[in-house]
Amino acid sequence: MDAPVAELAFPKCVRLESKPHLFCPGCGHPEVLKAFGYAVDALEIQRKVAFGVDIGCSLLAYDFFNIDTIETHHGRTVPVMCGVKRGNPDAVAVAYVGDGGAYAIGMGSLLNAAIRDEKIFVIVVHNGVYAMTGGQEAPTTLPGTVTATTPYGADNHFVKGPDMIRHVNPTAWVARGITTRQLGLRDLMREGLQHVMDGKGFAFLEVLSPCTLNWGTIERPDKTFEILEGKLAKTFKLGHF
Amino acid sequence: MPEKQFMMGNEVLARAARAAGATAMYGYPITPGSEILLWWAKEAGSEQGKKDDMVFVQAEDEIGASFMLLGSVMAGRRSFTVTAGPGNVLMQDAFSMCEAMRIPVVAYINQRGGPSTSTVIYSQSEVWLTAYGGNGNGYRIVYSTATLQELYDYGIKVFNIAWKYRFPTFLLSDGYQAKMMGEVELYDPHARGIEMVPTERYLLEEKRDRPIDEVVPKPEVHIRVQDGVEYSCYRNCLNLEEETLQVNLEIKGAWDIMAPEIEEHETYGDPDAKVLVIAHGIVSQSAKAAIDATGGKARLFRPITLNPFPKKALLEAVRGAETVILAESAINQLARIVRDALYETPGPRMIEHFRPSIGIYPEEIAELIKNA
Repeated sequence: MDAPVAELAFPKCVRLESKPHLFCPGCGHPEVLKAFGYAVDALEIQRKVAFGVDIGCSLLAYDFFNIDTIETHHGRTVPVMCGVKRGNPDAVAVAYVGDGGAYAIGMGSLLNAAIRDEKIFVIVVHNGVYAMTGGQEAPTTLPGTVTATTPYGADNHFVKGPDMIRHVNPTAWVARGITTRQLGLRDLMREGLQHVMDGKGFAFLEVLSPCTLNWGTIERPDKTFEILEGKLAKTFKLGHF
Repeated sequence: MPEKQFMMGNEVLARAARAAGATAMYGYPITPGSEILLWWAKEAGSEQGKKDDMVFVQAEDEIGASFMLLGSVMAGRRSFTVTAGPGNVLMQDAFSMCEAMRIPVVAYINQRGGPSTSTVIYSQSEVWLTAYGGNGNGYRIVYSTATLQELYDYGIKVFNIAWKYRFPTFLLSDGYQAKMMGEVELYDPHARGIEMVPTERYLLEEKRDRPIDEVVPKPEVHIRVQDGVEYSCYRNCLNLEEETLQVNLEIKGAWDIMAPEIEEHETYGDPDAKVLVIAHGIVSQSAKAAIDATGGKARLFRPITLNPFPKKALLEAVRGAETVILAESAINQLARIVRDALYETPGPRMIEHFRPSIGIYPEEIAELIKNA
């Protein structure tokens, strides 16, 4: 009885042939993707979604689902998905990016997509670090944090994505979730998808997510949880904006 | 009925894209190309434009414009952009990806002065960038136009070539052609028997004429079927050197089959003339005037496709020539391609006339012909 077990463990739209997935043990990406997958199943839009993934760890999701997927690079996922949506208005266009791709190299495209109120759903995985390239500083890195490129501690300023998006687009759907609260995350995913399916405009979800490798907590899930809930969730407000 | 109109080059290009059935333009304002954006903005918002489901987006920059273009084409829409100079530099990122995945984007490129910001006026300095830019091996099709009429003819043709062969396809013009006004015959391509090649969705396609992995290099697309539905996952980041090798060899294989089918050139003047002028684009028009003015002493070879380059035709043209005059509004861009094509061919004496980012008058070329 393999199939029922698989159905319980994974959303239906997950591509089982590509499992086990390519992410590190304890990584938050699979949690975010799982929540997304369940939302796609619930809305029955597996064949309508065009899924765009960025460079960095998000690219490892290029065949996570049986969903038409395009892997692009360096913060370009947002404009690519804008083009996909403009090109095919029936598509449910979703851009899946990390906090480096969204807030550094792709910031111009992200902000302007929000200003233009593009009818796409952007999911940003926020782990406070450039993970795949080896733990460099991200625009979300908290002050004083030691990273590969801030050996003496990061400087004082960092970006709060949802606040920024809300500032430029008063009608967008904007929220922040966290991987430690999977059921709430599924609800947010559903709401974001529904917003673009209804043609209401830009939808933006940031998810606080662990990078156990670069946080040095790969063998300490308790520490991972502590950072996520004890530090990040207290600095970055959860819920709707 | 074809109609002749007096109009600016950029309007000719804007109308060519519309006549070709393009329904989407993504761009960023830059001289000398902005008039095409203005025309499309107006057309897309008009009653007819709305009826035709036209899309116009002014992007945040040329990176955004070119990646939106890529996405739009992957969604199966006949789409294009226009750019120049530093904008052309920024678009190389997306064009490289299009080269890798065989995505048939179309761009009209109106060369301006270079390097860098330089002037907004004119040059032929974007030959190499357009043909070989990015971090690939230069598998993009480049047509170099010379007249306002060609802006229209090739402005339509590039869409068909792009979708037939699935390579990024560029119309390389310049600021002079873009901004000059003249008489042009506009026509409906269907009325001329030109059938537009149908487009196809890379993403969310219901039914394909041929499997997508016969177009996109195999390591870059994973296809799986679930409940009778085919899902395509496109991969831009490869793990292994061998995969990258395969991608490049598949692209080259498709290119090598296509190249002889599309190479184009023009010759002008007495085929027995001992002086051969090699020039492309608007400089070839100057060369023609110079050839007329010097009484049949010289002839012209003008490559129309700069990539793939019409090498066979060039070798034919060079035979019998005692002197070759290479004239271009750049330093050694066309000339380097010509020399590469003539490699190991015992060639005639070569005279270089390189005038980067400035126009070349017929009198200059005539003088060179007289002294040859």
